[in-house]
Parts: sequence; structure tokens; C-alpha cells
Amino acid sequence: MKPWEIVIGLETHAQLATVSKIFSGASTAFGAAPNTQASPVDLALPGVLPVLNKGAVECAIKFGLAVGATVAEKSVFARKNYFYPDLPKGYQISQFELPVVEGGQIVLSVGQGDKAYEKRVNLTRAHLEEDAGKSLHEDFHGKTGIDLNRAGTPLLEIVSEPDMRSADEAVAYARALHALVRWIGICDGNMQEGSFRCDANVSVHRPGTPFGTRREIKNLNSFRNLKEAIEYEIRWQIETLEDGGRIEQATVLFDPATGETRAMRTKEDAHDYRYFPDPDLLPLKIDRTWLDRVCKRLPELPEARRQRFVTDLGLSAYDAATLTATLETADYFEATVAVAGKASAKLCANWVMGDLAARLNRENLGIAQSPVAAAQLGGLIARVADNTVSNAIGKKVFEALWTGAGQSADAIIEAQGLKQITDTGAIEKLVDDVIAANPANVAEYQAGKEKAFNALVGQVMKAARGKANPQQVNALLKQKLAE
Amino acid sequence: MIRASLKTLRAALAEKKISSVELARLFLDRIARLNPELNAFITVDEDKTLAAARTADARIGAGEAGALTGIPIAQKDIFCAKGWRTTCGSRMLENFIAPYDATVVTKLEQDAGMVSLGKVNMDEFAMGSSNETSYFGAVNNPWDKTRVPGGSSGGSAAAVAAGLAPVATGTDTGGSIRQPAALCGLTGIKPTYGTVSRYGMIAFASSLDQGGVIGRSAEDCALVLSAMAGFDEKDSTSLERPPENYSRCLDEPLAGLRIGLPQEFFKEGCAADVMSAIEAAIAEYKNLGAEIVAVSLPNAHLSVPAYYVIAPAEASSNLSRFDGVRYGYRAPEYADLTEMYEKSRAQGFGAEVKRRILIGTYVLSHGYYDAYYLQAQRIRRLIADDFTAAFQQCDVILGPTSPTTAFRQGEKAADPVQMYLSDIYTIAVNLAGLPGLSLSCGFDHQGLPVGLQLIGNYFAEARLLATAHAYQQATDWHLRRPALAA
Repeated sequence: MKPWEIVIGLETHAQLATVSKIFSGASTAFGAAPNTQASPVDLALPGVLPVLNKGAVECAIKFGLAVGATVAEKSVFARKNYFYPDLPKGYQISQFELPVVEGGQIVLSVGQGDKAYEKRVNLTRAHLEEDAGKSLHEDFHGKTGIDLNRAGTPLLEIVSEPDMRSADEAVAYARALHALVRWIGICDGNMQEGSFRCDANVSVHRPGTPFGTRREIKNLNSFRNLKEAIEYEIRWQIETLEDGGRIEQATVLFDPATGETRAMRTKEDAHDYRYFPDPDLLPLKIDRTWLDRVCKRLPELPEARRQRFVTDLGLSAYDAATLTATLETADYFEATVAVAGKASAKLCANWVMGDLAARLNRENLGIAQSPVAAAQLGGLIARVADNTVSNAIGKKVFEALWTGAGQSADAIIEAQGLKQITDTGAIEKLVDDVIAANPANVAEYQAGKEKAFNALVGQVMKAARGKANPQQVNALLKQKLAE
Repeated sequence: MIRASLKTLRAALAEKKISSVELARLFLDRIARLNPELNAFITVDEDKTLAAARTADARIGAGEAGALTGIPIAQKDIFCAKGWRTTCGSRMLENFIAPYDATVVTKLEQDAGMVSLGKVNMDEFAMGSSNETSYFGAVNNPWDKTRVPGGSSGGSAAAVAAGLAPVATGTDTGGSIRQPAALCGLTGIKPTYGTVSRYGMIAFASSLDQGGVIGRSAEDCALVLSAMAGFDEKDSTSLERPPENYSRCLDEPLAGLRIGLPQEFFKEGCAADVMSAIEAAIAEYKNLGAEIVAVSLPNAHLSVPAYYVIAPAEASSNLSRFDGVRYGYRAPEYADLTEMYEKSRAQGFGAEVKRRILIGTYVLSHGYYDAYYLQAQRIRRLIADDFTAAFQQCDVILGPTSPTTAFRQGEKAADPVQMYLSDIYTIAVNLAGLPGLSLSCGFDHQGLPVGLQLIGNYFAEARLLATAHAYQQATDWHLRRPALAA
């Protein structure tokens, strides 16, 4: 029998980075005291009405453009009716039959090294909706507390096709999507705060047969949980089937403590949400002009930028991919290139991915918080490239920039006298002095001991306080010793 | 003063013949005396009313008065008014104090300076045609206290007819302004959907609800409508149009006006007395120079069934927020969350509201949605198209407002379908979103007022009001008053 094939589709809720809620003027900031960010609209007082936040729509448009989807000229808000204490209206305003974004594709790379491969995951749709509030079950002496600060927070629900065939692919997709929504600035991607969370639809079947019955794992809020939950679910489904059991359509929850999934409700007790178009909101119309206006504000997309880094700047595919992991990194890198010059692009890549990344890591800082500005680093790289300083001295200058010892590489080089000595006459004098002062080493070298040569180079560099051009030192020393 | 037109009241206030406080006092005293036998008001708060009147007097004194400053008004208890108990006629909101003002309240009270006399009775959540579904008790028709005033704006109509208020706000989802205006001998206008903001007006059926005015004359209604209408960014269905003065063409002659009579409104099903009063009004319009043309609304007979799918569907969802969690009625005892919902809603809502929630939930259910809700929406489209075609041939459509005059309390209460049919001529107007007006055009053999309905094309409110005004200049039906204790 053919091996089991795994089929996974993800539904992702990305909280949109708007200042105010999707249908009211209340703030969306995280962490305020309960119910202090709930307006009459969020509280669903009698008589209030929703007014659509255009900013949230623009986020959806940006996303649609970024994934090459169709942004609907007309989409419709619908009411999803169900009772829950943290759902104040007794319905959620969402989009049902006509979503704002249809289709589209996410390109991802799965795995590492030789086993790495590229995969395209198709999107079904993405639609706008409002978040519910929170029910708090602790600290209320057997009662439930309701916090409506989150009620009405704008969400973009992004639904993929069931295109993924392993937990790794699902995680790679979620990571690529996470990077993209942050790149285009529509979501802060903060998973601890719930800004980006996934539901995974998982089923297994034998290739060539119809898809198996799926179970939906709800509310996975870390990549690790996503991976573990799917892996557990796959094992459980395969074991169940191989033991002669049947999979029943169900919604399940993942418990990170036990690493297991358990059924929350089955199809039999599924809600009838009684969707119908919300009569309080007109259909959402997006015309060409609006689309063009948003398009102009869209940053160059990661895929395009990656390719440009390879073709235009001559970077390796690996470097280009690393430097386009986030918009901040890509922008920082390009700003260093802008100062150091295109010819030094590879050097810039090395510095950004090497010394800078290591230092940021050590201090637990993001690139946006780097004490060394991109222009400062670019200035330093320019001096390394034109041999004003050696790579080793460059590291010293970098450290000085980091600690704020100087405003620019040039100022630091000037103030600390770090300029490389390239004057042949001066280096020749140093070489002559070292040869005269170290007859033992000279003799060893001439007897064929290569190591002795390195010792002599070290002596010259020491005499030059590290500033002599190493290539010139090497050449002159060889020449003099051969005389 | 009790029966004076708004124009007269304004002049009296401007000339300092009476102060706003004195005027409010006059009406408050009358409410105290007569309301017990009418039950038109749910909430009266003399302190609030007099404070508003004093503010109005200050504005008048400072020369900052508008056309309505200092004039009292009764507010239908469906409009949230900050600090006022706002019940919507329901036990569910028996103790709900609104923390914000509806846009209509802001416009009429804060902006125009009108003085609220209090909150008037209505069918529970505006669901009813007789005001008998109110948790706060039925309202008696001032023309015959054993009869209903119509509904759902029954308190508004009874208050104005009895002289407890010079004018009142109302809302109209299927006839709730026009039918009570007809049954109480008044003038009432429901403008084009989207003209008056729905913000703060407790929703019954969002795509049909529209605020408006019940007054004694078209002239009074025009003045108040001009102050309450207008674009509101807080209501996404509000129409973005420049403000209008609805009084602007009141005095234009009717010569050349084409009045359409839909044959469907002149068939059986309408009381003979009502029909003869309508016929007499048509004759009067001919005298005034109007041209009478026959038109047809072939799908009008489908309006009641379509309405009783769409309105309950929207209502079932709109009323979900009344769950006992955040405000409103919560059952005193319950074992768990589900029981809290069930008991709170079972005890907080009355029978008619529950009936409509059940119908609405049913028609939106999986497997029934297409057959009911979508089908009803298609019919709605057909009905709107009928009107568009009819308005190719005429400027204003005329017919009865209600098939009968005021019926007895309890007469139709046990038979919802009979009750629903009392809106047979008004419902199509809401489905199409058109403006409609009812005015008094005579009396039946029992001395009960008969209402004449005028329907206009979209945004034809000013023309409708002018058509009514011309009739009211030529007749005096609108000036008749019920025989109440003085």
C-alpha cells in the first residue's frame, strides 16, 4: 500500500496594525486595564452602529497586492451569529460569501542545506473581521470576568488551500506569512500577544484516494506549538486509521503541556451561524484609484528584493535570503550599500550578517535598535574597502562606533590615528628595522622555516601599531629577505 | 398654546409672550393630568425638562434661537438620550439609563434647542401595530380610549393627539409612524431610508428602520424634519447629501401635480368608510389642480410576507445583544451560562418579540436561508422596481394609510396575521426605502380619524409635505381634536 499522505491547510488570524478598532474609534493598544478601551460600539450598547475603519481595509488591500491575489471590487460584511459572553453583539462582523481578497500565493523555502526546496502555497481567500473580547476565568470566585478591550480589534483571516504535505511545510508557510505581514507593515506579528495565530486543518489519506476527514486544531500561537500539534495530530490520525478506526470531523485544542490534541466539539454540535449580510454596513467597494494609491505605498516585496540583491548586487542566494528576512534588515543593508558603494555590496553583507548581527544578538537587540546606524556602518565599510583601515582595525572602529566613541568611522580613524600606512617608504623603513633587530628569525627563515616569516610580519605590524597595509608588508619583507 | 402650531409657538417665544419654561410647565401639567388615562409617556422627568427649557430661554434671550428653540417635543423611547431611562418598551431595558445621545436627540435638543418632555410609549422594540406589546402597558387612543392608537409609535401619536406634546419623534419600520398618525388624526412622515441617522435609535430591522416625525400638520413636520435629518458619519447607511430645508416649497401650488392611484390599493380589504374618505380627498386634490393617473404596483401584495421574513431576520440578530451580560435585564437565578441566557431572554422579552426572534432565527437557518431570506430580498427588489416604474407616470402616489380606523384594544391581539395586515399599505414603502406620509382626511361613522397616505419618490420629502400642506390649507381635518378633559 502507498504511504499515507498528509494534507494540511492553515487559517491564520493576523491582527491588523491599525491605531483604532475596525468598527469604532477605540484604541487597539495591548495591555490596558480591562474594559478601558471599549467604546459604546464595542460594548454593543443599544442603538450603536459600526463604521468601517479605512485603515483596516488598506491593510487587506496591501496583503492582496503582496500575494498577487484579486482584491474584490465589491465585498460584503456579514454577521456570524452566536452567543458568547465576550461577543457583545451576539454576532461577529466578518465576511462570508464575498471576501475582500481572493486567491494569491505564498512562496516559501522548506528545510535547510541540500534538502532545502521551494514551495508555492495557494491562498483561498483573506477576509476582514472583528476580534471578540476575552473571558477571564481566574480570580473571580467562580464567576467569569469579561474584558472587551480586544473586542472589535481588526483581523485579517488568511485561508490557505490544503497545499501543505508535512508539519515542516506548514511551519515554513506560517513563517513566510508571518514575515510577509510584518514586511508590508499590516501586523506586528507579536505571537505572545496573540497578534498572529493559526488554526490548522489536518487530514491524512492514501495518494490517489479522496482527502480524508479533517480535524481543525484551534488557536496555535507559536511555531513550535504549530509543529508539535500537527505532528501529534498526524500520528494520532494514522494510528486511529490503522487500528481500523474512523476520523470524525471535529474541532480540537492542543495542550502544549501534554503535547496532545483533544476534541472540543464534533460536527454534530457545530453551530449554525446564520450568516447574512450586515444591514448596518454597505458593501465595501474598492476602486482602481484606491488600489493604485495603496500600491504606491507598498514596499518592494521580499521576493523581488531578494532577486534584486542577487542580480544587481551580486549577492549569493543565501545572503540575499538572509538579508530579506525582515524589512528592517533589508533596509539597513541597502542603506550601508548606499554609503559604501555598490562595489562593496558583498562586504556590506558580510558586516551586516557577521559582526553587526553577532553584536546585536549578544545585546538582544533588533536591527532597528542598532546603536550603529546603517550610514555609520557604511562609512566604516567604505574605509575598509579603500584600504584606509584593515579588516582587523575595522572591527576596532566598529566597536568604537557601537560605544559611541565617535560620530563616524572617519572621525574615529582620525582621532585614534588608525589610518593604515600605505606609504612604501615608511613601510620599507619598518621592515629594514625589523630585519636588523631580529637576525635569529631571519636566519631561521632563510633556513627554510616559514613560521619565522610570520613572526617577522608580526614584528612589523607591531611596530606599525597594526596600521601597516598587510599586503605591502608581506611583499616588502619577502623582497628584502630575498636580497 | 396647547394646540398652537410650531410657528405660532416660535413667535410667542420670540416675542417673549411666553417663556420656554412656562411652555414646558404647561405641557408637563397636562401630562400629569391626562397621562394616567392615556399611558402615552413611559418616563417624565420634570427637572430635566425644565433645565432644558431654561437653557433654551437663555439662548432665546441671547438672540441665538433657531426655528425650534424652546419648543417642547416628546421623544419616542427608542432614541437613546443621555441620562434618560431608555426602555424601548421592554422589560429588558426597564432600568437602562442611556449613557449617550442618539444623533436625533443631539440634533433636536442640543443643536436645535428643543425641550424634551419625556420618553413616550411604544410597542416593545417597535414590534407591533397597536402599542399593545409594550411592557409598560397599552396606550389609549385619545379619540376613543377603548381603542388602540396604532403602533409602534403609539405613544408619540397619542401624546400629540391629546395635546400632551406639540410634536413627537417616531420611527417607522413597516408603518410605525404613518399608521398611528392615521389612527390618531395626525400628520406623520417617514423620510427616505438614510435621511435620518439611526445612530442611537435602538435597532429593530436595520435595513427598514427610519426615524421621522408625528405632528399636527405638514408644516410642523417639515420644520422638525429639517432639524433632525442629515448625514451622520456614525451611521454607515446615512446618505451623504447636503442638508435640506423641507419647508422650502410648502406654499407652491399643486397645479400640474400628477397623483398616481395604485389599483392594488383600491381593491377589497379596505373599510368602506375609509375608502369614501379617501375618494373625497382625491376629489379635493382634483379641485386643487392635481391630475389623477392610474398606476400599478403588481407585487405590492407580496410586501407583507417579504417583510415578515426580512424584518424578523434582522431583528433576531439585532436583539442578540440583549443577553443579560453587560446591561439590561438578567434573570435573578440561573445555574449556568446557558440558563442565564435562556431565563434572561425568556423573562426580559415579551411574546411578540419572542415570536419574531423565532421566525427570524428560522428563516436564517442553514437550509432555509435561500428559500426565505434570499427569496424575500428578491421580492423586495421587485417591489422597489414597481415603484420606480410607477414614478415614471406620476409624482406622488396616493392611497389609504391603513385599511381600518382605530380598532379596539385586544381586538387583534390574539391574531398576529390580522395585526400584520394593518400595515398592508405601508410596508412596501419601507421595503423600497421611499418616503411616505400620512395625513388626516376625514372620519368614519364612529367619529374615528381616517388616514391618507402619500408616497414620494426618493428624496421627494419636500414635495410630499407640500402636497399635504396644500390639502391642509384647503381642509380642516387636521385641526379637529378629540373631546378630552380640557
